[in-house]
Amino acid sequence: MSEVNYDYKTKELPKSVFTTGIALLIIGTVFGVIGLYLDTQRFLLNYLLAFALLISVGVGALFLVTLEYVAGADWSVPIRRVTEFFSSTVPYLLIIGIPLLFNIGSLFHWSHPEAVAEDKILQSKAPYLNTTFFIIRFFVVGLLWTLFWFLITRNSRKQDITKDQVLTKINIRYSAIFIPVFAITISVASIDWIMSLDPHWFSTIFGVYFFAGTVLASLSAVTYAVVKLFENGYLHPKITKDHLYSLGALLFAFINFWGYIAFSQYMLIWYANLPEETFWYLNRWEGMWIYVSLILIIVHFVVPYSVLLSQPAKMDPKRLKFAALWIIFAHLIDLYWLIMPNYHAENSNPWVYLLEFAFPMAAIGVLCIVFYLSYKKSNLLPLGDPKLERGLKFKL
Amino acid sequence: MEKKLFGVAAIFTTPDDIINAASSTVKKGYTKYDVYTPYPVHGMDNAMKLKPSKLGYLTLGFGLTGTFIALFFMWWMMAMDYPMIIGGKPFFALPAFIPVTFEVTVLLATLATVIGMLTFFFYFPNNSHPVHDTSFMKKVSSDKYGVCIECADPKFELEGVKEFLTSVGGIEIEEIYYAVKTEQRIFDPKFITFLIGVAIATSGGIYFALNKLMYMEPFTWMQTQQKLSAQAETKFFTDKFSMRPKIAGTVARGFIPYEYKGLALPPVEIVNPSVPDEKNLALGKKKYLTFCSPCHGNHGDGDSRLRGQFPNPPSLHSLKVREWNDGNLYHIIVNGQNVMPSYESQINVAERWAIVNYIRVLQKAKNASPEEIEIARKEGK
Repeated sequence: MSEVNYDYKTKELPKSVFTTGIALLIIGTVFGVIGLYLDTQRFLLNYLLAFALLISVGVGALFLVTLEYVAGADWSVPIRRVTEFFSSTVPYLLIIGIPLLFNIGSLFHWSHPEAVAEDKILQSKAPYLNTTFFIIRFFVVGLLWTLFWFLITRNSRKQDITKDQVLTKINIRYSAIFIPVFAITISVASIDWIMSLDPHWFSTIFGVYFFAGTVLASLSAVTYAVVKLFENGYLHPKITKDHLYSLGALLFAFINFWGYIAFSQYMLIWYANLPEETFWYLNRWEGMWIYVSLILIIVHFVVPYSVLLSQPAKMDPKRLKFAALWIIFAHLIDLYWLIMPNYHAENSNPWVYLLEFAFPMAAIGVLCIVFYLSYKKSNLLPLGDPKLERGLKFKL
Repeated sequence: MEKKLFGVAAIFTTPDDIINAASSTVKKGYTKYDVYTPYPVHGMDNAMKLKPSKLGYLTLGFGLTGTFIALFFMWWMMAMDYPMIIGGKPFFALPAFIPVTFEVTVLLATLATVIGMLTFFFYFPNNSHPVHDTSFMKKVSSDKYGVCIECADPKFELEGVKEFLTSVGGIEIEEIYYAVKTEQRIFDPKFITFLIGVAIATSGGIYFALNKLMYMEPFTWMQTQQKLSAQAETKFFTDKFSMRPKIAGTVARGFIPYEYKGLALPPVEIVNPSVPDEKNLALGKKKYLTFCSPCHGNHGDGDSRLRGQFPNPPSLHSLKVREWNDGNLYHIIVNGQNVMPSYESQINVAERWAIVNYIRVLQKAKNASPEEIEIARKEGK
């Protein structure tokens, strides 16, 4: 095996990333806690929204890493570390989720035994939807994600020093196991945390819908970080616009995928017109929610589709950065649309809702902090990866 | 045939050479030239300084046309011209139209791309190019790479081009000639005759297929039979009726004529000859439900199921009807009453008495006294 010299020099990330992250986290948490005091149920749902965003970005990034191993992709090897940095959110999910576990009663209707007693549908769903099993599922899913994150990123980092090609082979095996595990766990997580907020409703495609949003969110986070690093000269000089183009094309593909899945879910329920399914959409068609539903179509599909349609747009750092930020914003609206209509209490003071930015802001702060800390811990280039040389040479 | 110079071609052996050659050709200022490779070489677009293809705009334009055509057609057909309710959906059911719109968009976009490519880049209907059928083409379509500078280029000068191609590393410099066509084949009489022949054969074939072949029955199996069908004309009988009238002077089994037919009421009391046992009442129920219930209702309340298309009869539970004797009811079944027609030809004598018995059962059931209900409950029926 010939040693290749990549002229790699580490360049410190500016401290401002970390301080911004901390500031966002502190401000977000403070305002969020104020919100919790003013309107507990609504801000618990907000906390859940922020938690779902972290699942999306963290677990989605881990999926992208494994996808690269399984597909044998070359082009993404030089930027794989950025994806790995975002996937480092995964172990923190277990801690961030715990406050929600203490508030299952305020979030989930099915957790009240007296509500289940007078509801036939909830009785038949009780073997799955009960508090004990819910907590077990949370820890099983979270530990599975953490386990695979630990194994894969540890091997990847170890390879920088040992340059051992066998580690790539081992990671390919882990990834091949992780992908079906991911398919099941992401469905379980989305059904548990989001779909069961409305326990009467069911949609068999819901896991896929959440998966589409997950991959979009993590991919746009990775794209934004890569473009930002690219513009400021952190990346290897051999990483060119061709790499950016691949990220843009993948984003574009997943926007179409999201649109396809969202439309499939809507059209099947609309066409069958069964009252036990349609009420979920009708709730989102009432009052102000009709505007959120319509805006979601434009924000999550029409705009990013139009922005990324042409070939130069997928390479242009400026437009790519805009599209990536826009999609993260669209994913937040998507989560808002999924989660918040389940808030039923009387609102005493609608000005409280101005505080709703708080927890998502804190979540973005967590992503900044995690990114900064994991950047510090490892190289930006996976120096030992046997595919790195081909990845750097990648041309369209 | 006269031969004219098309250009000068050179062969290169490696992909790096050809990229280098392409960029030097651009630098030298040649514009009318092309590069031939056996597979798409990465980086060639940059080396040749090719601008992005404008074909995408054609695709976009036709795709959008497809979107609007599909939506307009479905709106016109489903909401304006022939509005139909399908599955309880609105006339203009947008979600249901989106798959169709998508398909038409893709169809028009693809067709526009393929046809546009043929027209603008391959100069359809030309089917030949001067470099075809040369030794140069044989090499560049297997394992070599080539550049051909055309003499249509303003900077073209035979010796200069050859010198330039050798200087950038080209081997096997070749002059490419093409034959000047003197006649235009499209006006050839043989070709025109052939075209007309094809047109006649095609239209004749289509006419035969659509007007004759479509209506031929491949297998008749037992669909056509040598038998008379009801209400159809026949040659078998002289009066051409396939349904035969009753023979004069005969009486059908079970339809013995009623002697007081046409009178308002029977002059004497007619005694009910049948015994209301279980079998008889079952027959009565069956016939009642078939012939009487459409107007009188399933329980004789006069609640017609005809929704006002025929006047509702009075209830069978009135005191008047209950106090009539069996013969009277029988008389009305045979004769009819007011708008009720005669049922003489449909219901035979035994069935008429069975219906009378069943009406009595209905009347009893609706007007039983508490003691009778108690007795019925004790008997468990």
